[in-house]
Amino acid sequence: MEWETVIGLEIHAQLATKSKIFSGSATVYGADANTQACAVDLGLPGVLPVINEDVVKMAIKFGLAIDAIIPERSVFARKNYFYPDLPKGYQISQFELPIVSQGHITITLSNGDQKTIGITRAHLEEDAGKSLHEGFPNSTGIDLNRAGTPLLEIVSEPDMRSAEEAVSYMKKIHSLVQYLGICDGNMQEGSFRCDANVSVRLKGEEEFGTRTELKNINSFRFVEQAINYEVERQIDILEDGDEVVQETRLYDPNKNETRPMRSKEEANDYRYFPDPDLLPIEIETVLIEEIKSTLPELPDIKKQRFVNEYKLSEQDSELLTSQKSLADYFEECVKITNGNAKLCANWISGELSASLNRDNVNLEDINVTPALLGKMINRIIDNTISNKIAKQVFEAMWNGEGDADSIIKAKGLKQVTDSGAIKKLVEDVIANNQAQVEQYKNSPHDKQGKLIGFFVGQIMQQSQGKANPKQVNELLKKKLDN
Amino acid sequence: MAELVSALNNKQISSEELTQLYLDRSKQFNDELNCYITIDEAHALNQAKHADQLRADNKATVLTGIPIAQKDIFCTKDIKTSCGSKMLDNFIAPYDATVVEKMNAAGMVMLGKTNMDEFAMGSSNETSYYGAVKNPWNKDCVPGGSSGGSASAVAARLCPAATGTDTGGSIRQPASLCGITGLKPTYGRVSRYGMIAFASSLDQGGPMTQTAEDAALLMNTMAGFDAKDSTSAAKPVNDYTASLNDSISGLKIGLPKQYFDNSLNPEVAKIVETAIKELEKLGATCVSIELPNTELSIPAYYVVAPAECSSNLSRFDGVRFGYRCDDPKDLSDLYCRSRGEGFGPEVKRRIMIGTYVLSAGYYDAYYLQAQKIRHLIRDDFTEAFKEVDIIAGPTATGPAFKINEKLNDPISMYLSDIYTVSVNLAGLPAMSLPAGFSGDLPIGLQLIGNYFQESRLLNVGHQYQQVTDWHKQVPAEFK
Repeated sequence: MEWETVIGLEIHAQLATKSKIFSGSATVYGADANTQACAVDLGLPGVLPVINEDVVKMAIKFGLAIDAIIPERSVFARKNYFYPDLPKGYQISQFELPIVSQGHITITLSNGDQKTIGITRAHLEEDAGKSLHEGFPNSTGIDLNRAGTPLLEIVSEPDMRSAEEAVSYMKKIHSLVQYLGICDGNMQEGSFRCDANVSVRLKGEEEFGTRTELKNINSFRFVEQAINYEVERQIDILEDGDEVVQETRLYDPNKNETRPMRSKEEANDYRYFPDPDLLPIEIETVLIEEIKSTLPELPDIKKQRFVNEYKLSEQDSELLTSQKSLADYFEECVKITNGNAKLCANWISGELSASLNRDNVNLEDINVTPALLGKMINRIIDNTISNKIAKQVFEAMWNGEGDADSIIKAKGLKQVTDSGAIKKLVEDVIANNQAQVEQYKNSPHDKQGKLIGFFVGQIMQQSQGKANPKQVNELLKKKLDN
Repeated sequence: MAELVSALNNKQISSEELTQLYLDRSKQFNDELNCYITIDEAHALNQAKHADQLRADNKATVLTGIPIAQKDIFCTKDIKTSCGSKMLDNFIAPYDATVVEKMNAAGMVMLGKTNMDEFAMGSSNETSYYGAVKNPWNKDCVPGGSSGGSASAVAARLCPAATGTDTGGSIRQPASLCGITGLKPTYGRVSRYGMIAFASSLDQGGPMTQTAEDAALLMNTMAGFDAKDSTSAAKPVNDYTASLNDSISGLKIGLPKQYFDNSLNPEVAKIVETAIKELEKLGATCVSIELPNTELSIPAYYVVAPAECSSNLSRFDGVRFGYRCDDPKDLSDLYCRSRGEGFGPEVKRRIMIGTYVLSAGYYDAYYLQAQKIRHLIRDDFTEAFKEVDIIAGPTATGPAFKINEKLNDPISMYLSDIYTVSVNLAGLPAMSLPAGFSGDLPIGLQLIGNYFQESRLLNVGHQYQQVTDWHKQVPAEFK
């Protein structure tokens, strides 16, 4: 039997406002418990919510970026359920008339294929507080700092067919909200997280299988693992002739498994109804036009520009534009190197990305600024150092040892270009390796390249990598072919 | 109250003396009438001294130094706000309601917090955790509700004026039953911030006074846009006293056929008709009008109001403030017992109804249907106001009834709101004026205005009170 996976994601992006969605409290992460919760956030009797207009503008920005419909009128609704960290006993959200509907984005898969994913809706809502079970014996601690933090919930169509597509979609949205400056994208702090609706069906089947909802996943890797685990689990159940139970499940990254949280029967009846404390949001065309004029260059457009303007490959452009900060870094670097885009792209997608991944740090927090990298690349261009030596220089810059020039000087890494010195090195190596010289001379032409490598390696070793490789090659060939 | 303003201005009396006088009366009669949940003598005298100082410094406003009683639904900083419920018996808000804040800023003096039906749910003031309030005209009778404490206190002259809130008639019906003047402003005219919500789309605070003139004076302080209440109206506020003395000659009064049909209590009918004749003598003319969906207003109201209340009252969960049961064994027990023990039967009944009508599968049949009726009712009034300036009719179905008479018959209690609830569903302003007596019990005349036409209502009320003296009647025992 061949199975097909069907996935839809609900992404919660915390909007990067200074104050909460319905009160004036601050939204800074990590403050002492309950120090950022006012009477409105605490749901005290008699208090009323007042909408923070910035969240409306941010939602419109997002809607414009995904080519969605932004209706003239949208409505806040109450989602009613009891939980200790939900102060009012209801969450103010949107139900029937969300602020954004029917948008779409295009994702690029690892094989280069492109796919359009529909976005059903994006709506505004307030976050709940946090329940703390550790450190409170026989009771639960409640921190309401997060209560009332603005969220944009982005709901996709069930258009994804694999964990890879889901991750790619999530990354694309992650990049987009940061491009728009409406979310800091910080997944450790929970500013960007998702629920995944997963089901499987026999390939060719029209109807969807019974789905489960995987709650609150806050990393790309976990989304992939959780979906893959869940798909396997559901296929096993179906192949045994059993039925998948519609339920909410939690992914446990430590055990790499999903566990039931609550079943359909236990599911809340949220009794949504329009919130009578808030007037409908009326959006005028003028406001939409005004926001449209402030939109930054979006990833897809930037990528195309990189291909055209810098003559980069699709793949390099995709990578460099995946984060706005990375694209900005690249363009600054190119400027410093007077337009040597290819070399800049290679260094950023190679050494820089690898180092970022290895040390798990953000672009904003590193020693190697675009200016430092650009100046180092200039030293490659003017033959002061070779690409290989440049890796040592980069490593030193990464560790905060200064700029390229001072490192080259301090470590004596300047390339040897003096032809006399190189000639001596070449002659020495030929003199000391007569056996290999003989072998070279007796080899057919197409095998000689490999042997040349041996001599170059020897010379580089002798010169501690500082001999100009181009000169070495030329001279070697001349001598050996005599 | 207007007389007290001039007495203060003429230095015939100080605010401190005046306040002490009302405090003494309030304390003396509260055992009998149970009007107040809280009387804060020290707080009141402090405010009075401050008011006298303001007056001495020439910094007084019109109402500086005038004592007032606040319905215990308005949050008051550092003074208990119970909303008539065991649930909030221990609740002290860290903020003032906007209405309270405005009165404080005007230099008014708060005598105390008045009794009310629990969470404003009731028409008799019998659902209060603090016990029933008595009607000063006959202490075996209810004062009406939910603002019964305020109405009884004003009628017995325990305070010059009080505040009330009106979700389905809670200012007008007790005003009618106690023989005082009560104005429910247009929805959005008076801020709801700090006023504990019963049904957010219907609730509106307003003045409860002896006269229309007093109501106008209070409205000048209470009304206005509030950035803290998204549903408050951004329209500018009139000086409500400016048009009190305008002639009402040429005023067109609409008399809804549906209010004057056979079901109207004949005694009430006679009194209302007499009152309307007085208005005609002042130059008004009457026409019969149709409000065809009137009878749908009760079922629509008793869907919308409980629906909103079921959600509004979810915050009373025993977690952050208010009543919490002893030794909860788990979360569910904490919720069930805190709410089960903290709320009274009428509140529970409405939470259950509201939860039901919002539930999956019932929402369309009840809540949505009720919203449609609400639109029809609004349209009826809009049509009517194309022809007439104001609408007149009865406020209540009859005079005050006996304590315990309807307590166990909620349906009959709900039906007695027939003349008041449609005004809330439409969001219009309306006023009840004392217009006569049925035996020893007062009967009110209701005037309904178009949106933001409070000035018109107060003008008509004031003109009526220039030629009648029903508003001057005081129960013998409380003269």
